[in-house]
Amino acid sequence: MTVSETFKLSLPDDTHIVVSREFDAPRDLVWQAMTSSDLIRRWVAGPPGWEMTICEDDRRVGGEFHWAWTGPDGMQLAMRGVNREIVPPQRGSRTERFEMVGGPPMGEQLATLVLVEQGGRTHMTITLEYDSKAARDGAAASGMEHGMSANYARLDELLAQAGSGSK
Amino acid sequence: MTDQQLSATFAALADPTRRAILARLAQGEASVNELAEPFHISQPAISRHLKVLERAGLIARGRDAQKRPRTIVPQPLADASAWLERYREIWEPGFQRLDNLLKDLQSQEQPDAPRRADS
Repeated sequence: MTVSETFKLSLPDDTHIVVSREFDAPRDLVWQAMTSSDLIRRWVAGPPGWEMTICEDDRRVGGEFHWAWTGPDGMQLAMRGVNREIVPPQRGSRTERFEMVGGPPMGEQLATLVLVEQGGRTHMTITLEYDSKAARDGAAASGMEHGMSANYARLDELLAQAGSGSK
Repeated sequence: MTDQQLSATFAALADPTRRAILARLAQGEASVNELAEPFHISQPAISRHLKVLERAGLIARGRDAQKRPRTIVPQPLADASAWLERYREIWEPGFQRLDNLLKDLQSQEQPDAPRRADS
């Protein structure tokens, strides 16, 4: 089974979205890649034409994080929040809120990351919790499509570039 | 597909009994009695679940006026599935990038033995 086939998404109830995925690497390394700003910049990039301009994270409980991207024509997208829990290398939670200049206000979500190591591989679960069902469905429909896709969309193009560049 | 339809679909799917009812109907139409059989709950309770599924547009009533069988309406489920697939398309490229990064980091951690040792 390829790693990407391990992607799973579920809606266990009205206010949660659960995303899970396996990575072929030990947990310590996955934790590092998902929490160190230098490494985050290397995979949470923007789509072509977008650049991750801010990647700051005060890695303390109560500390704030701030990610931002600048796109074509100076479009701005940011995600901010506060770290609620940090238990390396297994568990972290933080509040998250997307901000888009000129875009609709987006609600806050509580994101909890859990990493479990099994036989040298790491099983990741991200649980997104919303205040209400409407907020979840709204975030899923609008915030995700605009915010998340601005973040992740067409990254496979970048992947291909990175792949050919490393040869 | 409207957000409202999607919400109604996911709300209807949030309950395990309703998912089981849909799984049964996916095999063919069934009467309320037939649907109630495998569950240890009252018929009024089953009827309430059926009403939720019907309002969400996931099931419809068949032609037989006597038995009033329920049938599955596949389109909203297909739409919900397409929505989930789009979600995957949004997340997965980032994760694949992370796969590559993890591979890079692991190969850095185990560098080849220094060439000098060969000579």
